[in-house]
Amino acid sequence: MSESTGFFEQAPQVSMIAERFPDLHPPLSECAALVESNRCLYCFDAPCTAACPTHIDVPGFIKKIATANLEGSARTILEANILGASCSRACPVDVLCEGACVMHRYNRQPIAIAKLQRYAMESLHASGGKLPFAAGKETGRRVALIGGGPAALACAAELRRRGIGATIFDARPLPGGLNTYGIAEYKLPLAESLREIDLLSQLGVEFRSNTIVDAVMLAELERTHDAVFLGVGLGAIHRLGIPGESLTGVTNALDYIAEYKSGKITTAPQNVLVIGAGNTAIDAANAAVRLGAKKVHMVYRRGPEQMSAFSFEYEHAKQEGVRFLWYVQPASLQGTSSVEALELIELEMTGDDSLVPKNSDRVVVPADLVILAIGQSTHTGFLGNVAIELDRGHVLIDRVTGQTSNPKYFAGGDCTNGGREVVDAVADGKRAGTGIAAWLEGRERAHT
Amino acid sequence: MPTLETNFVGIPCINPFWLASAPPTNCGEQIMRAFDAGWGGAIWKTIGEPITNVSSRYSSVDWNNQRMMGLNNIELISDRPIEVNLREISEVKRRYPKHVVIASLMVESNRRAWHEMVQRAEEAGADGLELNFGCPHGMSERGMGSAVGQVPEYCSQITEWVKERAATPVIVKLTPNITDIRMAARAAKRAGADGLSAINTINSITGIDLNTLEPRPNVDGKSSHGGYCGPAVKPIALNMVQQIMSDELSVLPLSGIGGIGSWQDAAEFFLLGAGNVQVCTAVMHYGYRIIEDMQDGLLAWMRGKNFESLDDFRGLTLSKVKEWKLLNLNYKIVAKIREDLCIGCDLCYTACWDGAHQCIHLDRALPEPDITRTPDVITEESRRIISTTPIAKLDVGATHSGAMERTPLSRIPRVDEHECVGCNLCSLVCPVPGCITMERVDNGLPPETWEERTSINSSEP
Repeated sequence: MSESTGFFEQAPQVSMIAERFPDLHPPLSECAALVESNRCLYCFDAPCTAACPTHIDVPGFIKKIATANLEGSARTILEANILGASCSRACPVDVLCEGACVMHRYNRQPIAIAKLQRYAMESLHASGGKLPFAAGKETGRRVALIGGGPAALACAAELRRRGIGATIFDARPLPGGLNTYGIAEYKLPLAESLREIDLLSQLGVEFRSNTIVDAVMLAELERTHDAVFLGVGLGAIHRLGIPGESLTGVTNALDYIAEYKSGKITTAPQNVLVIGAGNTAIDAANAAVRLGAKKVHMVYRRGPEQMSAFSFEYEHAKQEGVRFLWYVQPASLQGTSSVEALELIELEMTGDDSLVPKNSDRVVVPADLVILAIGQSTHTGFLGNVAIELDRGHVLIDRVTGQTSNPKYFAGGDCTNGGREVVDAVADGKRAGTGIAAWLEGRERAHT
Repeated sequence: MPTLETNFVGIPCINPFWLASAPPTNCGEQIMRAFDAGWGGAIWKTIGEPITNVSSRYSSVDWNNQRMMGLNNIELISDRPIEVNLREISEVKRRYPKHVVIASLMVESNRRAWHEMVQRAEEAGADGLELNFGCPHGMSERGMGSAVGQVPEYCSQITEWVKERAATPVIVKLTPNITDIRMAARAAKRAGADGLSAINTINSITGIDLNTLEPRPNVDGKSSHGGYCGPAVKPIALNMVQQIMSDELSVLPLSGIGGIGSWQDAAEFFLLGAGNVQVCTAVMHYGYRIIEDMQDGLLAWMRGKNFESLDDFRGLTLSKVKEWKLLNLNYKIVAKIREDLCIGCDLCYTACWDGAHQCIHLDRALPEPDITRTPDVITEESRRIISTTPIAKLDVGATHSGAMERTPLSRIPRVDEHECVGCNLCSLVCPVPGCITMERVDNGLPPETWEERTSINSSEP
């Protein structure tokens, strides 16, 4: 069953979600885009371009906005990053392009690169959303891509532009992986991720949804395809390993985010606790606030200095009204059938930075919903007997080509890098796409 | 306390800022508001037989989202009856006796018509007359405006007719649409003009609408060449003012015109010898209120320079504009980049490689200088870099503070001072004030001009 177009139409329309998760950063008007684009200095060998994992020619696309060449601007972005639209909304630009902008050392206000990129991409969508380049001449070669997230999408685009068949196998009903299901709706709405994938469909990428690839199927795909790309991401969120974890009302951040984004959850109970202090934990906590929870606390073993979330995410969570319980460790979840409270051990830091219980007292915090966000496990069980070198569960690759220790297998994204950003996955997928094409070509030359 | 009081062609004035003959001086009501705002004088919008204008009339050149870097117009002289203009001149002079009102005149090229016009303008109370020999569009097709200014004999003839009758000073306004503006200036001087004003607007087509393929300003799908003015024309005007003021046969008190919108612009015209200045486009853009800073800023600058009056610095730069053959060939400067100010945009680098002499290099982070790395090599190296988002829990030492405070050494360019020709380009493109300076290098050679060098060579056996 091939569903090559129209994912955007399949996006669930839930007005409650749309109302409570409006754009965190509204788009630029035409006038604002012109003013901002003209502020760009047009640096040589621009630091923003170097900082971007996909190396988008940032000054190039910005100058094209300034000259009203919006089609060319979108093309410049897409040439480097097929998911330029979602990256413009989801990227932590403070630590990427905008963080590298030379304006920081000049008049201190960096160019609003993300907003300009979004402006260019939305102009493309507004003008009919035609991808500004076509698939390459068909080579007859085929690649199976396992997982439908940003890495696989970017890899598939590279392959199609070289005339190589690309079929994406994804476990979920809609493609896009975390891009579709895992990013806070006020940053990247689910529908916007799908709109972008529709653009990619124009290259002739094939999608097999609701398809879980197991070892048997993988062997079959390996046999019937010229190469296999692994873009499976990470596995389930870790469990705490404390009593009461199977009570109803205990969930994990990825499921929680996916469910509200697809409209399956539209409300939150009074007291919500989020365990963990990473970016995903913050997304879940902010979501609980917006869904109507009265009190949302984040629970973390250490202090704000050690949290793994970006500082701008921490600031945002505080603005949303999220509260924080620092230096506490969950001891047990209490409740009869559903969770009612979380028992916490207070911790303190010793001289060598290790954490020890402060005293024998326990703090009990009421909780109607507990969301775990303490990191993901790896997901490699489906590999079965396929010999691929792993490092602590992560697929080892050559960073330039994406090739694994098994030459027919390439990989990219979270399953190789341990869990980074959309743009890192896109860059991985892009390198793997060119890597696969070069490998196939080399093999052909060797055979003739 | 320095003063801005001036005397131009015998007419005393509270300051040297006059409004040029143009839309801002169309009627008495406007001019009185301008005088209230602080303008010292106004040249009335050119008076002659009323004309019929077209619509539209103006179009402009924007630059990098800045409006009206240059403006052009195809508007003609006053469209109001002569008697209305003259009546209002009387009214303005009655109410503002200390302010200067000059009547700009343009009538058909016959002696009687000019005599009559001069007499009526002076009877109305004008302090002086400006002869519009410059208007480049419309009127020139009827044998007036620049059609006169472009032919020195016509220019002389009409100036003579006016001088026969005029009791007040006569200023001849020159067109830049001529091979050598000095020819027209000399003609005016020969005929007895008291002063000159320059420049009028420059023939131009400002642009074409790329949707309709129609030129601008659009008059029912068509356009005509119009007179160009505004900031873009200032360098052309300064050059022509210098040419006139340095030519003995041309030199007369000169009212400087062309792209003046600030006190700095005005000061530059004074330094090249202008007696006062006329402003139009900047007022059309921002209104009469700009006069406040023009006066205030010029006075502050004069205080800083210890100039008591405009006469203290008028023409001081004239002697420094020379023919090329008189410039010192042994003067050597090189670019210096201040690394504490450099923001690493590397615009100087690309400008030097593609637009100058390939003597700026990005090799400071390398073990030793390498002048073989071309811009293409550098961009290709960057393209191959594998960048990742810094993630605290994955990357030891990753910081989330975002901006890099200091420019990395690899992005701070190095000037090869031996190869640097001192062209200035890098310092011109550098966005940071004071970051790239051009420093004199003592090469031990005595000053020598091209003229000197060639005369020495030719005198050798």
